[in-house]
Amino acid sequence: MAERKKAFSVLINGLLNENPTFRLLLGMCPSLAVTTMAKNGLGMGAAATFVLVGSNLVISLIRKIVPDKVRIPAYITIIAGFTTIVQLLLAALLPELNKQLGIFIPLIVVNCIIFARAEMFAQKNGPLLSVLDGLGMGAGFTIAITIIGSVREILGAGTWMGIPVTVNLFEPAVMFILPPGGFLAMGFLVALFNELTKKKKDVGSECETGCGVGCPGCSRAANGGEA
Amino acid sequence: MKELFAILIGAMLVENFVLTKFLGICPFLGVSKKTSTALGMSGAVVFVLVLSQAVTWFVYEYMLKPNNLEYLQTITFILVIATLVQFVEIVLKKLIPTLYKSLGVYLPLITTNCAVLGSALIFVERDYTFVESVVFGFAAGLGFTLALILFSGIRERLETADIPEAFKGMPITLIAASLVSVTFIGFAGLIIS
Repeated sequence: MAERKKAFSVLINGLLNENPTFRLLLGMCPSLAVTTMAKNGLGMGAAATFVLVGSNLVISLIRKIVPDKVRIPAYITIIAGFTTIVQLLLAALLPELNKQLGIFIPLIVVNCIIFARAEMFAQKNGPLLSVLDGLGMGAGFTIAITIIGSVREILGAGTWMGIPVTVNLFEPAVMFILPPGGFLAMGFLVALFNELTKKKKDVGSECETGCGVGCPGCSRAANGGEA
Repeated sequence: MKELFAILIGAMLVENFVLTKFLGICPFLGVSKKTSTALGMSGAVVFVLVLSQAVTWFVYEYMLKPNNLEYLQTITFILVIATLVQFVEIVLKKLIPTLYKSLGVYLPLITTNCAVLGSALIFVERDYTFVESVVFGFAAGLGFTLALILFSGIRERLETADIPEAFKGMPITLIAASLVSVTFIGFAGLIIS
């Protein structure tokens, strides 16, 4: 029973408590760049989830074999391998989406969410829990960027998933599908997330450390591992 | 010459890496609190970008292309960049300790900066020659510098501003970034042909 409870809490950890996008503010580049449409957010999220689950699984399987000193290059290679798989699959199966996401598919390699989960979770836990963690984090990321994508698409183009929804309601503000709109929508959504989850914890300060530690944290580890 | 100038202005202003292409957002938000750290980070990014553009161009053109291994570009590039950053760190530490002192802490952060891998992927996409891709890297670095320094000036002022509770920290920073980004949209009309 306790086992199952733990597995469940690992799975939903990524959705709210440690939501990678809204709480930890990791992987900001794709969250801002590809979210001009809800569909792109969904596609990007699915691709990242695939890489996250795959790399978490492999890393947790080999965590006892790989010496500590070379673990970072090894992890980078594994993550890059899975990213290449996604890239080739997308190019073959969904060429339209692949064109929309462009270089942000190969850039999944440097997405901090994946590296951070490898370092913080997969390295210390068994394959099953690592896969669940990957699924939870991936779902958290996917939901978050789909929300950003939806907000931007509805406000900026008046459509949702390509279906017109705001006909006659208001004139779409093109700015939201342009780069400034990305920053703006993201800013307001993070503020909203902070406000909604305020009661549980003091979020403001936590976010600050999350941003500070997030990317620098994983790269500092990268440095230590290779030196 | 004209093409190179077009690439320079294009990568710096029209398609500014941070503000219009969303590459390198992490350091943009992470180290822009003070102008001095922003300067250090930008210096390191320009340096690594120019070097990595040169090295990855040769790797792509003379190792991957002749062997039809283009699909391995992501793996190859990230490993080359990670090694290069490590190498630069060691060399600087030994040869130019003063420069190492000012750039050293920022170097390890650059491996995971998407601007570096991003510009390597872009020169492949656009089929740049060697000189073009190095100029592109340099210009992208300058654009990053410009955005970072402009933004750090704004953030220093935000420190003392009275901000609603929920907006403190990242949200207000993102909204400020959005306003800076609006100004860069203005460059979109600037096309040199």
